[in-house]
Amino acid sequence: MTLRSFLRHEAVLGLMLVIVLFLLAQQSDKFFTTANILNQGRLMTEVGLIALPMTFVIITGGIDLSVGSILGLCAILLGVFWHNLGLPLPVAMVLAIVVGGIAGLVNGLIITRFKVPPLIATLATLALYRGLAEGISQARSVRGYPDWFFVLGQGEVLGVPTQLWILVIFAIIAAAILGLTTFGRATYAVGANETAARFSGINVDRTKLLIYTGAGLISGLAAVIFVSRVSTTRSDMGTGVELDVITAVVLGGTSIFGGRGTIIGTAVGLILVQALKNGLALSGVKGDGTIVVIGLVLILAILATNLFSRNGDG
Amino acid sequence: MSLDIAAPRRSASTGIFARTISTYGQEFIILAAIVALFVVVGLIAPRFVSQTNLTSIFSGNAYIAVAAIGMSMVIISGHIDVSVGSLIGVLATIAGTLAVNGYPIWFAWCAPIAVGMVITSLIGVLVAYVRIPSIVVTLGMLSILKGGLISVTGGAWITNLPPDFLIAQFRLFGVPSPVWFMLGLTLVAAIFMRYTAFGRSIYAIGGNAEAARVAGIRVERQTVAIFAIHGFFAGIAAILFATQLQVIQSTVPAGLELTVITASVVGGVSILGGTGTVVGSTLAAILFAAIGSSLIFLNVSAYWLRSVQGLLILATVLADMARRRGVK
Repeated sequence: MTLRSFLRHEAVLGLMLVIVLFLLAQQSDKFFTTANILNQGRLMTEVGLIALPMTFVIITGGIDLSVGSILGLCAILLGVFWHNLGLPLPVAMVLAIVVGGIAGLVNGLIITRFKVPPLIATLATLALYRGLAEGISQARSVRGYPDWFFVLGQGEVLGVPTQLWILVIFAIIAAAILGLTTFGRATYAVGANETAARFSGINVDRTKLLIYTGAGLISGLAAVIFVSRVSTTRSDMGTGVELDVITAVVLGGTSIFGGRGTIIGTAVGLILVQALKNGLALSGVKGDGTIVVIGLVLILAILATNLFSRNGDG
Repeated sequence: MSLDIAAPRRSASTGIFARTISTYGQEFIILAAIVALFVVVGLIAPRFVSQTNLTSIFSGNAYIAVAAIGMSMVIISGHIDVSVGSLIGVLATIAGTLAVNGYPIWFAWCAPIAVGMVITSLIGVLVAYVRIPSIVVTLGMLSILKGGLISVTGGAWITNLPPDFLIAQFRLFGVPSPVWFMLGLTLVAAIFMRYTAFGRSIYAIGGNAEAARVAGIRVERQTVAIFAIHGFFAGIAAILFATQLQVIQSTVPAGLELTVITASVVGGVSILGGTGTVVGSTLAAILFAAIGSSLIFLNVSAYWLRSVQGLLILATVLADMARRRGVK
């Protein structure tokens, strides 16, 4: 039953992707050029990276709204560690990522130790982490990073943007963990039925802690790449990223109720969102107009899946 | 579990005073916090309790309290609306646009409220009948409203608002009208929530939707109605927000949805659904506004405000969880 409804969603999504790509290609002949596609890969890396642990989070039946704020906090701290504290940049990068991990760990502790629903726990830390970023930075930005640092976000390896390699490698690792390891099976089990998972000997709390910490770490990594891509740090970085990330994951067939989802689905969802953004921009829709379309696509995709699966599964 | 949280908790003690405190514990704590804040900050910086500042705290933030009333109902029924900030931005812009284009003032006030109710009813239908989780629907709605607003208006300012339109600047007995709206609507909503069958059904649905259904509550229809009422309050909040200055900036106020949700949650509305009061959410909105204002008087950078907001939500939610475990 789950396989059938899963295939059904994949089919709907695949069909949507084909239609969207076809329509967008009609609108602009720049759409299907190598340069454009690689550039889009560059732009979607931060969202894509965070979407990987977010898939795990949502499969466990949770959600993490704080990832955008963690990104902002890590970006600011990268600047502070390097510029204000005078640490070597590589050390600052590692520390920034570690802070992301700590932020994620705090989310996990609030959710597992105090049984606070993930939605409200991460809504609170969304405000908290963004507030820390704003308070620490006092609206000052840090610029003037050394040239080697920009390789990460603006450079290329073998003709492909550096961060796209990172994204692909992490996606493969994430897919392997989710699909092939006991940890991956535990993730599904926790989302499908937490009590049952507990009784079958799965350490539910530890699984969740690891997943939320992972989400924080990856958000920190995304922050470093983001700073490298745009050459500056500001406290409002990553505002609203959680929306893009959750849209990609949910579009990709991961059930918001938990227990179902794949990394491949997330990848397809991610490409669909980015293709929409890019294609619409190329056909002359302004940036804010594309947000409307993404919101619509999110609702319509869930709507379609819900209607289909209700007909099928009765 | 649903039963003991659906009704206000009663303590074993028979004293009316003790019972009131235990029933409205959260409200008393917040009220005490507000009083303490005003006394302490007032002693340090006397201008904090000057009439001008009090007016700006109460009148300038009343719209948040009004929006938090509807949000509380939504959260008590077990749902959430993260699009309310964008909705208020859109409705305020509609109100301003109607007013400057020569429509009757009453129409410029009422039309946005109607539009708000239509939009939130749509959310309610998607949540109740199509069974899409409210967080997904409203995340989508957030980007639709936000993106739509900016692409239509380009973030332009609406100026030359007719003076008659600026209802938030009216005064009654020397008190600004937003304060009256806040008090009046809180009172009406509190009575409605406590003493009408519909009001009780909101708690029942949030406590246990299945049990509510078995008890004969038409859960889907009620859910749509709850979202419609939420749209009504968002509409009024938008009018108060739109008319408090001489201009309207047609963008979405940043982080407004979070402030509204904070007010509801800190006010004692349990995020698990089933408990909470609108009196608490209004008090929490006032507390939060007072904290924001006091930061300025205490020479703390306003950039820290958001962290305070986050800590406040965390503290109240953790306290709620601890208390709940104690009750069990």
